Amino acid sequence: MAEISVHNLHKAFADLVAVRDSTFTVPAGDFFCLLGPSGCGKTTTLRMIAGLELPTSGRILLGGEDVTFVRASQRDIAFVFQLFALYPHLDVRANIGYPLRSQGVRRREVRRRVEETARILRITHLLDRRVSGLASGDRQRVALGRAIVREPLAFLLDEPLGALDAEMRELMCGELRALHDRIAATTVYVTHDQLEAMSMADTIALMNDGAVEQIGSPQDIYDRPASMFVADFVGSPPMNLIRFHGRIAPGDRSVRLGPAVLAVPEAREGIEETDLVLGVRPEHVRLAGDAPLRAQVLETEYLGTTQIVTLTTAHDAVLKARIASDVTVRPGETTGLDFRPEKLSLFHRASGRALRSALHEREGRARA
Amino acid sequence: MPEWRLEGLSKRFGHNQAVADLSLTVADGELLVLLGPTGAGKTTTLRLVAGLERPDDGRVRAAGRDLTREPPASRDVAFVFQQYSLYPHLSVYDNLAFPLRAPARRMSEADVAARVREIARLLHIEDKLKSRATQLSGGQMQRVAIGRALVRRPSIYLMDEPLSSLDAKLRAELRIELKRIQRELGATILYVTHDQTEAMTMATRIGVLDRGRLVQLGTPREIYENPVNRQVAARLGSPSVNLVPRSLFPRLPAPAETVTIGVRTEHVRIRKSTDGSSVGVVARIEHLGDQNHLHVAVGDTMVVTLGDPESGLAPGDHVEVEMVAPLFFDARGDRLPVQAERSGVE
Repeated sequence: MAEISVHNLHKAFADLVAVRDSTFTVPAGDFFCLLGPSGCGKTTTLRMIAGLELPTSGRILLGGEDVTFVRASQRDIAFVFQLFALYPHLDVRANIGYPLRSQGVRRREVRRRVEETARILRITHLLDRRVSGLASGDRQRVALGRAIVREPLAFLLDEPLGALDAEMRELMCGELRALHDRIAATTVYVTHDQLEAMSMADTIALMNDGAVEQIGSPQDIYDRPASMFVADFVGSPPMNLIRFHGRIAPGDRSVRLGPAVLAVPEAREGIEETDLVLGVRPEHVRLAGDAPLRAQVLETEYLGTTQIVTLTTAHDAVLKARIASDVTVRPGETTGLDFRPEKLSLFHRASGRALRSALHEREGRARA
Repeated sequence: MPEWRLEGLSKRFGHNQAVADLSLTVADGELLVLLGPTGAGKTTTLRLVAGLERPDDGRVRAAGRDLTREPPASRDVAFVFQQYSLYPHLSVYDNLAFPLRAPARRMSEADVAARVREIARLLHIEDKLKSRATQLSGGQMQRVAIGRALVRRPSIYLMDEPLSSLDAKLRAELRIELKRIQRELGATILYVTHDQTEAMTMATRIGVLDRGRLVQLGTPREIYENPVNRQVAARLGSPSVNLVPRSLFPRLPAPAETVTIGVRTEHVRIRKSTDGSSVGVVARIEHLGDQNHLHVAVGDTMVVTLGDPESGLAPGDHVEVEMVAPLFFDARGDRLPVQAERSGVE
């Protein structure tokens, strides 16, 4: 398995810049997710790694070797477009063995590797079945098998679960990750679904408007969003972003929000009086009857494990709180709000970047 | 608005029994959600209520009146389909006004305007009234489609997966709005979905359908906490319930017929094994931000539990596993009552 690294990758289609000056490294054996909304450049990035598009500028290294202008067929990479693309008239064995036979691998070797692959995917009992009769989950396993059997340097997957319903997607996420744990193949996975990325990835690169907005582990991106865009894109419901006006001096440990003084992680930089945004995750909002920050309950959504409570504050900010489902909350009632201080983020509203603090030690990335 | 009663409805298409002996009452002002996978009979039930299909057996009544043989037009229902179908050449205003301008209604233009504006306000599309339907985003179009049903005051609204063509963020927003509007209007809604989150968050009561049969009817909380069988238990809740063989936890007291134990992820308590005894090994930790899912290998079976992001547990740690409020299922998947609580459990 090989490391993939991308240096100053840039791709323009006529006037449209699809990918701008992106640099990142996918360590060997990493499960790496390119995450972002449609049109952010994630698929174009993947297609350049695969060799299906040529970059306008920049370099792509696969296992240390420069492959920027190497043909797709000469890069030792397996690209899985849609897990469903199988040969319906062939049996499972022939489908999985197809890439090897077309490379001229000897029959005995094909047989050995197909059986090995089937064992990894736990579909040995299906080897002699026709593909057309299989359940959708099994068809996906076969399609994966066809990618794995080649033992490529890396796997590239483009929204492979996009067409599935929620239940099947959850199941396949679990299986893909378990498979990765068994074979530890370098994987670049493109998705617009933050939950898929959060549940499977070792590393997430969140893209926005052609550029990489933040790279980090799922927990890192969730806890320390580098920008308001990241804060809003990751998490369901996303981070609450509460606007206020104020100034921050290095060392400050609180901010004033209307009548309430709220403790925040110690500021590591200062900013002159301007429009700021306080970011708080729904699970870090607590309903506290007598707290000075007042809010009215608009709606509750029971989710079994937890419930989501939608509230409006006195100055019309709408917030969501995730609280235990056994607490009784009624629409219309008024409550106080409390935030978990050590988990709060502050953003500069005009640029969207996170201000450095005890929580956000690193420089936030300003949006162009 | 009157209550609607479905009494022993059955409908067969060829060999396929789409709906089998289905009875339920939609109460006045209730949002009743029919939940089930594709092919469970949800849409057929809705079409039977609308009069778009005729049942092989059973009756549909509203306010005591038998409507089974009535054509759709005389049933006083409004239907919202999954795919929004708007008139592309008309403005949003005219799309919303369309149902009110039907010749049979004889509504004055002033009344039409008042009604359209009220609904546009509820749906937050007041500033779009002059736009052409084709200039709207997907979410706005679906709001207009819902609005076109809401401008009328039928005795029941029938909604067939109205949010399923929208992206996740918009769906979450409209879920809340639809529920708020339903409450403000006091509307009676029969709502069909395969999305358990929609069912859980919106429903007054949920009817779980499986192969044409109504398997369970109750509030979201009743169904989540007290599922009648393992299919219902698996259908609700995200992450889904752990269903493990009885033999995995031999020391757990359980009814004799128990084959499967079900336990919700939030009801699995784990702690680091201190005295060397252990039941499971942490295999993987999924960081989902607001919660961690810990995958614990117990023998060959994976048990998923919710963990505090700051628990300090790591893959490879040996843990003791405790289950709170387990559910017991027999060989057929039916729920078994716990001896001591037999009277309390349905």
